[in-house]
Amino acid sequence: MEKNNLDLKTKNTWCPGCSNFGILQAIKNAISILEKKGIEKEKFVLTTGIGCHAKIVDYLNINTFYGLHGRAVALAEGVKIANPNLKVLVCSGDGDSYNEGISHLIHAAKRNIDLTVLIHNNRNFALTTGQFSATSPRGFIGRSSPEGSLESAFNPLELMIASGATFVARGYAANVNHLTNLIVQAVEHKGFSFIDILQPCLIWFNTFENYNQRVYELKENNLSSKEKAIQKILEWDYNDGEKIPIGIFYKAEKPTFDEETNKGLVNVEDFGSQIKEILAKKS
Amino acid sequence: MQKEFSILVGGAAGEGTRMTGQLIGKLLNQYGWRIFIYEDYQSLITGGHNFSVIRVSKEIILTPKKEIDYLIALNQETIEKHKNNLKKDGLIIYNSDQIKGEKGIGIPALSITNQFSGKPIMKNSALFGALAKVLGVEWEILENLLKKEFGEKAEVNLKIARAGYEQSKTSQKIEKLNQKPLSLLNGNEAVALGALKAGLDFYISYPMTPATPILHFLAQIRKNFKNVIVFQPENEIEVINAALGSAFAGKRTMVGTSGGGFALMVEALSLAAQSETPIVIVESQRPAPATGIPTYTAQSDLLFVLSAGHGDFQRFVVAPGDAEEAFYLTGLAMNITWKYQIPAIVLIDKEISEDTFNFDESIVEKIKIEEPILWDKKGEYKRYLDTKEGISPLAFPGEKGVAVKSTSYEHDEFGITTEEEENIKEMQEKRLRNYENLNNEIKNLEGVKVYGNKNSDKAIIVFGSNKGVGIEIGKKLNLKVIQVLVFQPFPEEQIKKAVSGVKKLISVETNASAQLAQVLRAHDIKVNDSILKYTGRPFFVEELKEKLINKI
Repeated sequence: MEKNNLDLKTKNTWCPGCSNFGILQAIKNAISILEKKGIEKEKFVLTTGIGCHAKIVDYLNINTFYGLHGRAVALAEGVKIANPNLKVLVCSGDGDSYNEGISHLIHAAKRNIDLTVLIHNNRNFALTTGQFSATSPRGFIGRSSPEGSLESAFNPLELMIASGATFVARGYAANVNHLTNLIVQAVEHKGFSFIDILQPCLIWFNTFENYNQRVYELKENNLSSKEKAIQKILEWDYNDGEKIPIGIFYKAEKPTFDEETNKGLVNVEDFGSQIKEILAKKS
Repeated sequence: MQKEFSILVGGAAGEGTRMTGQLIGKLLNQYGWRIFIYEDYQSLITGGHNFSVIRVSKEIILTPKKEIDYLIALNQETIEKHKNNLKKDGLIIYNSDQIKGEKGIGIPALSITNQFSGKPIMKNSALFGALAKVLGVEWEILENLLKKEFGEKAEVNLKIARAGYEQSKTSQKIEKLNQKPLSLLNGNEAVALGALKAGLDFYISYPMTPATPILHFLAQIRKNFKNVIVFQPENEIEVINAALGSAFAGKRTMVGTSGGGFALMVEALSLAAQSETPIVIVESQRPAPATGIPTYTAQSDLLFVLSAGHGDFQRFVVAPGDAEEAFYLTGLAMNITWKYQIPAIVLIDKEISEDTFNFDESIVEKIKIEEPILWDKKGEYKRYLDTKEGISPLAFPGEKGVAVKSTSYEHDEFGITTEEEENIKEMQEKRLRNYENLNNEIKNLEGVKVYGNKNSDKAIIVFGSNKGVGIEIGKKLNLKVIQVLVFQPFPEEQIKKAVSGVKKLISVETNASAQLAQVLRAHDIKVNDSILKYTGRPFFVEELKEKLINKI
């Protein structure tokens, strides 16, 4: 197979012009920057669920595990606890981690495991041809909701703050430089990093125009205040709102789950004598 | 003294009957007697009725009997529920603070406990002391045991036990047998130790009876096993997916659950097959459908584990019948899953999980860590290299010059997604060749064991927790007894050999649809009849004997 550094010469099957190309480019940029900062390429692991986002594993020459629908975060947690030296990234979609696998997302944030979770949020189920998802606005017209969906979107950033994530950000797939910078910071953050990436879907929910008019970059200020973070996060509730802020909303330091669970681990070759010790106590 | 006897200790949940049962077992173990303890408890935390039956014998026994020689009652309900099973010359030792007007030995257990300012649960020690005296146990042996078990807390317990001991009298002094005491282990502990011996790095589990104690045991013994991580996540779906992530990162990983939890894991079982990721799944059965009866037993998930998962794939399935087999087969499952990168399931049930068995430590040396086939670091790494044997060498993330690409999607040799017919066929056939390896492996394994009268033309066939009762009845009724230990790959030749010459074959199963017989028939093995029990309780020796006599 022909390949050079991060690229694989595989056929890309995203729709022409898909905003996922922007996310792919930002991830490549971020890994290259991090490589220059001394993180070996082999240390990166990317897990995905199922959906348009997941095709990314075929376009990146790094360790990947293309998992089941909704289980990208669960897979990643196992990888990270098993080997905390790895830099574990998750690419997941709104359908994948806000619908099917939301329990894992919430609990991973709660335990502050050192992962970088990137949600390709196109606000619909695209690969299954355009049904409403957890972040589709109320009234979303899709093939399963021809008269408009009856559910309102929830705000994933608000949920992540409530769950205990220690790095909460929003990016925009069309702003690759800004997103690159966010991903670098998210990987460098020790703890659970979460980036909701606005990812317009040309075919089923084309939000390009809308986002281009409304998205603005946050100026970094006091990132340690949850109250201020929530205030900013509530500027847009994924249904209505005037402006859509992107950037980092919240950042905090907390012990990480992977580090805590690996504390005091010692490599033991064979347990024969310990087992016999236990057996001796049980007679 | 008789060749064997049984002691039942009963009371409400939270009264400590299980602990007392364990202490009685350990006490008589010191005299070289063989011990088996049956646990019967309900899904509640306080109240209700719990009991343990400690069967004590000169020879190894693996199953409970109905008939009781000594009934130790913490409350009135215990007497009412079990008096009918007490032998004519049996003896009741009871808490006379709560039970009045009973024959036998009444011990004011609560008054004694209060006298020494003990906690209410310590009243067990008074009855324990009384039983020890009845059996003529020397005080020093009891004293040493309580010191070993309770450490610094032994002092008050010893005073209470001593008072019970002194208020009781010896009826039949226990003989000291000339055989070495063996360890006492339940199947859950044996599963955990077997996995550890085979190099367990990571145990992940969500609580579900009767597999939960594996999680407790491993969390507690981590002090001694410093390289093992124990993780209790939010649900079984996280359990199995995180476990596959861990194995992908190179760690020997096991998960444990019961039928309902396994049902939630099934999609990822199929992922293990497609991505060729090693995993050991312990499935401890309880009665189902659905919630069923959480703290009781069944063998009704056999067909489920054999066929669970979407798609064409194989798994390695073993069904141990006691603690030693639980140790050995779990260790074997760990080695096999890493050797072939095919998922392995250890199928047990509540009786294997929670009953206590004698455990001969000589089995420990039979399990050693066997290394998987690793990448030779030559050329470019391909996760799904299409080898002659169908096994693709493993490399793990972090290794220099390697991109490990595991996937749930059909893929090419690198792990890149494919929808091309040629690739699909190639990979399916690679996996099929690997399944052939597994099928051949059965020739090296003891998939079947035969006991009893090997020349008899009448045989019973069992698996899992019916091993013990099967062997015991086989001996009594002069039958051949066949135990199936491996279900996938199916040891067809071994079973056909075992049943050759048998004119009447009866399966004995703790389920309602004769699932073992169904499996055997699917392999053209004639089963004439089945004896089934589906009340959540195991077969008691007397009960199976009666049912079998009517059938043969």
